[in-house]
Amino acid sequence: MKWDDLFAILPLVVISTWAVVLVLVDIVIPRDRKGITAALAALGLIFALYFTLPQYNRHLVAFNGMVIVDGFSAFLNTLFLASGLLAIALAYGFLKRNNIDRSEYYTLMLFSISGMMLMGIAADLIIIFLALELLSIPLYVLAGFARPRLDSEEAALKYFILGAFSGGFVVYGVALVYGATGSTAIVEIIQAVVAGKAAMVLLTIGAALIMVGFGFKVAAVPFHMWTPDVYQGSPSPVTSFMAVGAKAAGFAALLRIFVSAFPYLSVSLVPILWLISALTMILGNIVAIAQNNIKRMLAYSSIAHAGYILMAVVTFGKGSAAIDAVSAALFYLLAYALTNFGAWSVVIALEKSEGRGLLLQDYAGLGKKYPAWAAAMTVFMLSFTGVPPTLGFLGKFYLFRSVLEGGFIGLAIIAVLTSLVSAYYYLRVVVIMYMQDGEPVVEGDIWLKVAAGATAVLVVVLSLFATPLLQWAAQATLQSGL
Amino acid sequence: MLPEYYYLTLSAILFSMGAMGVLIRRNAIIIFMSVELMLNAANLAFVSFARMHATINGQIFVFFVMAVAAAEVAVGLALIVAIFETKQSIDIDQMNSMKG
Repeated sequence: MKWDDLFAILPLVVISTWAVVLVLVDIVIPRDRKGITAALAALGLIFALYFTLPQYNRHLVAFNGMVIVDGFSAFLNTLFLASGLLAIALAYGFLKRNNIDRSEYYTLMLFSISGMMLMGIAADLIIIFLALELLSIPLYVLAGFARPRLDSEEAALKYFILGAFSGGFVVYGVALVYGATGSTAIVEIIQAVVAGKAAMVLLTIGAALIMVGFGFKVAAVPFHMWTPDVYQGSPSPVTSFMAVGAKAAGFAALLRIFVSAFPYLSVSLVPILWLISALTMILGNIVAIAQNNIKRMLAYSSIAHAGYILMAVVTFGKGSAAIDAVSAALFYLLAYALTNFGAWSVVIALEKSEGRGLLLQDYAGLGKKYPAWAAAMTVFMLSFTGVPPTLGFLGKFYLFRSVLEGGFIGLAIIAVLTSLVSAYYYLRVVVIMYMQDGEPVVEGDIWLKVAAGATAVLVVVLSLFATPLLQWAAQATLQSGL
Repeated sequence: MLPEYYYLTLSAILFSMGAMGVLIRRNAIIIFMSVELMLNAANLAFVSFARMHATINGQIFVFFVMAVAAAEVAVGLALIVAIFETKQSIDIDQMNSMKG
């Protein structure tokens, strides 16, 4: 093993070693002081972040092309680690309040994050499959974390069955790609295609199966059926983490595979992806209108956002436009992550035991009684809608522009129209908070307040000073791995 | 020696059977077995392609897939047992506590 190899996987090694050690250390931490475990897990994430920073502006291929470090992977690693920190802040008080403060939560989350980070640096289809399973298996357990509550167990079983099913599609797709090109390394796949040695029909079927598998993971229509139930049944901090981490990792794989390995398949695959993306935006936004439960509404909203980000994948065969679209998608993911964690922190603050306090009506009167929480929620809803001055607006702006650059005018029009539709259900929350009377009770601990306040401020302030952030995303390009 | 073509056809049939099983069967354990069938269909495809290309990679990948399948069994069966304790049933048509 060379030093470069170690350098490439160092953040990953830190996180997974930390998780293993944390399981052991946790034994000696007394039952009523599990806050120490949370703090240790956060410390591990900060360490890994520290080792991720030198990876910026580096480009290296390690482990014989299995793993690649580039701007794309560094950006995503940072995003995953930061979402881990936010997920800990959201979880700590919630778990305690609901008497499910088992410290396995933090170790399982670290394992899941290590899978996501492996997904960011993977440059070989078999590593991508392993990363997918490494991030999913702990999430199945986390979804059922509130056992013996029935809806949590049901959510876990549904997520598990659909997750394993989609994993089957991915691995069969990988097998077909291997058969078509004789390799699973992204560089060698594209070399085989350029040299004309690949069996193109087999390759196309393999790519389509991989697309189906990751379609499940990112909750694209028609592979979204599990999402509302799983998001509603899982404990809220787990849902927030799932909605950001698993989705971002799924898109990391889709973008990496399609932009770097399959650009020559765009003729046959773009029409399908176009349709999936359009359907996802339309269905997600329209069904969300009918929802009364805020967790279900946010689930459909996350489906709709998956549709927007899928537009970036649609441009995968367009050369330079695809590179811009990847940056725009990463920026969108960042905006979505901050907004999403913020919105879920408000949901968690209002949630009562046994799943009460989750109806939209429970938000009535929040504006009068808790103006700060209501203001924060307003910021998040505006950011989801895409109203300036929020990060959500900038994310949508750059994403739609890069889609236009790629020449998909119809798709951009659908995206704008469905964004208008989404204003209806996002702003309804704001209307209920300020215009209707009610007696909401907020139970936010200090960490939840910090998370909600910080994300609200960041969503607004970063949109006003977005230039460095945009440059950061623009540098996060995919490298070919040669 | 049979040509690889035969093995690949068998693997495609197994994969389709697995996928259909997940979609039409209602018992969580049977669904789970169908998923395993899909993974093993992929293993068969890997091995046959490895012989076709005369490379060893494909055979190595099978180990990875088997390890992953084992990890999934561990978590999946635990989840099924947990839900059976609560609900006394593993029929997924009865998993309908959430609506909307």
